[in-house]
Amino acid sequence: MSAIILFMAVIAVIIGWWLSQQRLTAKPWLEEGSIDHFPGTGAMTLPAAKIGLGVFLAVASSLFALFMSAYSMRMNMVDWRALPVPGLLWFNTGVLVVSSVALQWAYVAARRNNMDGVIVGLCAGGASAVTFLVGQLLAWQQLRAAGYFIASNPANSFFYMITAAHGLHLMGGLVALGRTTAKVWRGAEMPQVRLSVELCTIYWHFLLLVWLVLLGLLTGWTDEFVDICRRLLS
Amino acid sequence: MVDVPYDRIADVPPAEVPEVELYHPKSWWTQYVFSQDAKVIAIQYSLTATAIGLVALVLSWLMRLQLGFPGTFSFIDANQYLQFITMHGMIMVIYLLTALFLGGFGNYLIPLMVGARDMVFPYVNMLSYWVYLLAVLVLASTFFVPGGPTGAGWTLYPPQAILSGTPGQDWGIILMLTSLILFIIGFTMGGLNYVVTVLQARTRGMTLMRMPLTVWGIFTATVMALLAFPALFVASVMMLFDRLLGTSFFMPALVEMGQQLKYGGGSPILFQHLFWFFGHPEVYIVALPAFGIVSDLISTHARKNIFGYRMMVWAIVAIGALSFIVWAHHMYVSGMHPTFGFFFATTTLIIAIPTAIKVYNWVLTLWRGDIHLTVPMLFALGFIITFVNGGLTGLFLGNVVVDVPLSDTMFVVAHFHMVMGVAPIMVVLGAIYHWYPKVTGRMLDDWMGKFHFWVTFLGAYLIFFPMHYLGLQGVPRRYHDLGEAAFITPSVHTLNAFITVVALIVGFAQMVFLFNLVWSYFKGRPSGGNPWRATTLEWQTPETPPGHGNWGKELPVVYRWAYDYSVPGAKEDFIPQNQPPATRAVQGAAT
Repeated sequence: MSAIILFMAVIAVIIGWWLSQQRLTAKPWLEEGSIDHFPGTGAMTLPAAKIGLGVFLAVASSLFALFMSAYSMRMNMVDWRALPVPGLLWFNTGVLVVSSVALQWAYVAARRNNMDGVIVGLCAGGASAVTFLVGQLLAWQQLRAAGYFIASNPANSFFYMITAAHGLHLMGGLVALGRTTAKVWRGAEMPQVRLSVELCTIYWHFLLLVWLVLLGLLTGWTDEFVDICRRLLS
Repeated sequence: MVDVPYDRIADVPPAEVPEVELYHPKSWWTQYVFSQDAKVIAIQYSLTATAIGLVALVLSWLMRLQLGFPGTFSFIDANQYLQFITMHGMIMVIYLLTALFLGGFGNYLIPLMVGARDMVFPYVNMLSYWVYLLAVLVLASTFFVPGGPTGAGWTLYPPQAILSGTPGQDWGIILMLTSLILFIIGFTMGGLNYVVTVLQARTRGMTLMRMPLTVWGIFTATVMALLAFPALFVASVMMLFDRLLGTSFFMPALVEMGQQLKYGGGSPILFQHLFWFFGHPEVYIVALPAFGIVSDLISTHARKNIFGYRMMVWAIVAIGALSFIVWAHHMYVSGMHPTFGFFFATTTLIIAIPTAIKVYNWVLTLWRGDIHLTVPMLFALGFIITFVNGGLTGLFLGNVVVDVPLSDTMFVVAHFHMVMGVAPIMVVLGAIYHWYPKVTGRMLDDWMGKFHFWVTFLGAYLIFFPMHYLGLQGVPRRYHDLGEAAFITPSVHTLNAFITVVALIVGFAQMVFLFNLVWSYFKGRPSGGNPWRATTLEWQTPETPPGHGNWGKELPVVYRWAYDYSVPGAKEDFIPQNQPPATRAVQGAAT
């Protein structure tokens, strides 16, 4: 359970830092009247959707951290046989990086009021994300063809389950991206589009980061790192 | 003491919060059924949770009939008994208490108490309810599928949960896991709303430290639930894989009826870790809203400010954080390393400190208060006593050496029913008596309310106190029939019969409560806008019940904390949060 405990510690630090800005030592029973003397203690001024996305990312991170915890606990059992990582995954990773870069492009274009750039970025980002998903399906197919079925070993089961969870999150993102693209298509003004593009970009970067961590886990790269951490702790 | 005119320049200008675009319903369907108004969604959540909760109540009667009079009711066989305990537990903990506190009270109270027009994502909020309803329907459907609902116990421990010896192995367990997954998806949608509304949609002047403790409790519980429910989600998905696809996440190598099963190498303990990583925070997900609500009930009905407001807030946050590092105290008998047992016993004892602080502060709020023994107050007092009792037995069970012999006995059943069954339900009932006038504009009948309280309160004690004794005798939980054993004395059977009779009476009292809810809706005494003379914003709405958008043209502005009761020098014994400080009493100015 170390992955999830580590994640919870990070969340606790973030929440603790935020709470420390909120004057939790105030004596509200003495502070009748205006709050203008204490700027920053009112409601957040960020758009609700942006805060909502932030909270959702915390929930999704918790989910993946738990998958990772389960993975690291299960892999210590004797029946674990690591499966060969299909070379296709490296190509897919590259495509996901391209997707993230394309959305960053769209976001920068949105900030510069360049609607054409936004359209190019969104379409390229969406197309490469779909390519990534297709690539993942092909990787599954290759593994199946090579005899690595979901139930034949826990390493396989985790591989299929975790890549599916990541893929489903990306598909959810594609729905949001599709709605944003449709908004642009219908000729929405830039201020209405900017926030949507920004949120998609944040989510894409998040999913790229999650994917890189998962890839490290599934290919066994993180094992050495975890070993070093364990030695430091014990 | 003299009155000096308040300095108007330092006053807060009228609301400058940008108006949100409210969704306006266009037809009966979108106003009452597919509504995006948090108040309607709250009522939908509450009614659905109550309906499925009634099913769980009936299941508890059936279990009690079997335990009290074994052999008399031939239609309850051992399999059914296991199915009843499983469904009773799961429904009560997740589909009733969690949904009612967060989906019901959260939806109704958060926007009103922080001075918002609605939740920030009304459409997602509506979706949240419909996914919850779907989860409830999937759960209820297991009563009608071949093989019936799962009988794995509410903790669904593998490997037995998906083996053929357990009732409901065909469909019951699959639908149960599906329903849990749906519930978590629905809850996440709602939870995002509750958190972001508190963060972003508080009205002008409503600092975090001016929020009523109800909002603090629900807010913190929601944050915890958002982080903890994924653990149940992961566990459910993995078990579903084990059951449907033949993977071996949790399933060790097994021989069943002389046949080697396809599973091998999995770890049942892994499931226990995941389950309790959700399961222990879940206790506080139910308890923290109850803590918050009961603080407000006590303060309002004792006409006194809450004692140690700051400490109450810190305690809520501390409990929320600590509850994530105590989970393995549910697993002392799983064969864990003694050092782990020591660690988790220590954290368990530490979490008792902020909890005890809260109890002291409630008692000190009552101290020399102007206590009105209204029905909500009775339930709040009932909660404190019950919670202290349940908490004390928690100290027993939190220690490894005491827990091991008591594990899986009726003592555990008595403990958790006291602390997270009866105590939160007391708050739920008190809160319904308290806020019903705001929801409907009518008071609940007082006589029926008092009858309901006394039967429920005394009955709960008569049911669960003797259970501790049964547990100390060694009477195991989850047994369909106790059979013949030396430690099962005749007094055990007498007590069991007694408990059953009381349980049926307490159940009857809940029917009186339901009747009261319906009767008062039509015939109750009109309540006016603020019958309890309370300070918090929800009682200051221009209309009762609050209209669409909650507030009239302008959002309220908050000038003070939520507990200005019996302020010296004030005209009335309460000052609403949105009342500007027109005059200010200055201590010692005359001297």
